[in-house]
Amino acid sequence: MKFKGRILKGIIYIILSIGAVWSFMPFLWMLSTSFKTPAESIQFPPTWFPKIFTAQPYITVWTKIAFPRYIMVSIIVSIAVLIGVLITSLLAAYAFSWFNFKGRDTLFVGILSLMIVPIPVYVVPLFILVQRLGWIDTFQALIIPWTASVFGIFLLRQHMRTIPKDLFDAARIDGCSRLRFLFSIILPLIKPAVITISIFNIISSWNSFMWPLMVTNSDKMRPIQVGLAYFSQGESTNYPALMAASTIAILPLVILFFIAQRQIIESYSRSGLKE
Amino acid sequence: MYALFAVPMGIIISLIIASLLNRGIRGLGFFRTAYFLPVITSIVAVSVVWKWLYNPQRGLFNYLFTLVGMSPLKWLEEPRGIFEILTGHSLPMLLKGPSLALFSLVLLSVWKSLGYNIVIFLAGLKNIPNVYYEAAKIDGAGPISTLFNVTLPLLSPTTFYVAIMTTITSFRVFAPVWLMTGPPPGGPLGTTSVIVYYLFQKGYEEYQVGYGSAIAFVFFILILTITVIQKTVLEKRVYYEV
Repeated sequence: MKFKGRILKGIIYIILSIGAVWSFMPFLWMLSTSFKTPAESIQFPPTWFPKIFTAQPYITVWTKIAFPRYIMVSIIVSIAVLIGVLITSLLAAYAFSWFNFKGRDTLFVGILSLMIVPIPVYVVPLFILVQRLGWIDTFQALIIPWTASVFGIFLLRQHMRTIPKDLFDAARIDGCSRLRFLFSIILPLIKPAVITISIFNIISSWNSFMWPLMVTNSDKMRPIQVGLAYFSQGESTNYPALMAASTIAILPLVILFFIAQRQIIESYSRSGLKE
Repeated sequence: MYALFAVPMGIIISLIIASLLNRGIRGLGFFRTAYFLPVITSIVAVSVVWKWLYNPQRGLFNYLFTLVGMSPLKWLEEPRGIFEILTGHSLPMLLKGPSLALFSLVLLSVWKSLGYNIVIFLAGLKNIPNVYYEAAKIDGAGPISTLFNVTLPLLSPTTFYVAIMTTITSFRVFAPVWLMTGPPPGGPLGTTSVIVYYLFQKGYEEYQVGYGSAIAFVFFILILTITVIQKTVLEKRVYYEV
């Protein structure tokens, strides 16, 4: 009986390991290719580890193409969107959960119902709007449409509603203003939710592709994903450089993932949101 | 077509792995990290890497295939249906199955969303109280009947949720088509032209705004209908009282 149990455990580990290898393998192959010379990369049969170890692909990507610029655009956009989302979500969620005004719940349901509309549905009208505003190829186009998040408002409101109302009365008696109450009392209490929103936002801004592809024309306004996409179409056979570029494009989030792994996985499993 | 294959495949594989992970094995953290990594990486980079893996002449997949003695495939450039390739005969329209090119995209999406589904399933499995398993054990239920009579029914709200989420995301697929198929994208022979790519092509590239908006509207109705159907059909089979 014990022997049988051990075999079963062994089989489970083998299946799980095959799965893990399957998940990791594309990344390992990407890294391995990114350090090869172009000639070695297309050798057949392929080599698992580069015979001639070279950093040339990274140098090519970093100097010949505007990769530093793409990364800078992505960082600026990610930070600006994050700040915008945090401000709008906090204020809106505060109003929806702590103030009484006419039509509050109707308005909230209205906003909430937008959550089921996927981005591709409104991307064309949004594009026309941005175009009429003359924002094509500007930072405004990349940032402003995404500075309000229905999910952010919803999640923060859910958390704010769990805070007892008495706290507010006590703070008012002590002469605390409404805005100060939000920032010095509510904010620390809902910190986990704020972290969740920040994580989702950073990930989705860094990885966003379709929208930046539509609203940017010039190379200097391209965020990293769009830059990588154009690069991959132009240099479709220089595999080491392509893999080096892909590595650079995913590296910041991989680092973030290893630092804040627990929070990230928990955020996903708790909110059940996907990008 | 894409969703039809991507959704069940993704659910079954992730459910199996999640239930294995839930058996109190060591190294849970490591496995979870390994499976979750593809979820946070960008679809653009992943598409570029997978296109290289799928390369018919130099790709790693074909190399592994030849190692085990199988004949190499054309993957993304193959318009023939997968069942046609498996059987080696040409089949009538409906039995052909999706083109291998489309199936390659499905495989990529299953790989990418696996970790996410596993995490959701794990959370669902943890919520099943242990008393049910103890009761089943006392009644003499084996592992298989426990799975079908205890785990799956009690997990059904989670499965339901994952099904809806995966369906919606697989309808939204865009970047892999734009980056990996063709030229022109949507090829070979238009077998990988998914709805969002079509929308992008008409509404943006060809600047037929009205046409694009019409596609968007149809797309929205489609998503809404699927959600409603899944809700009514699956809800009957979902056991909420835990």
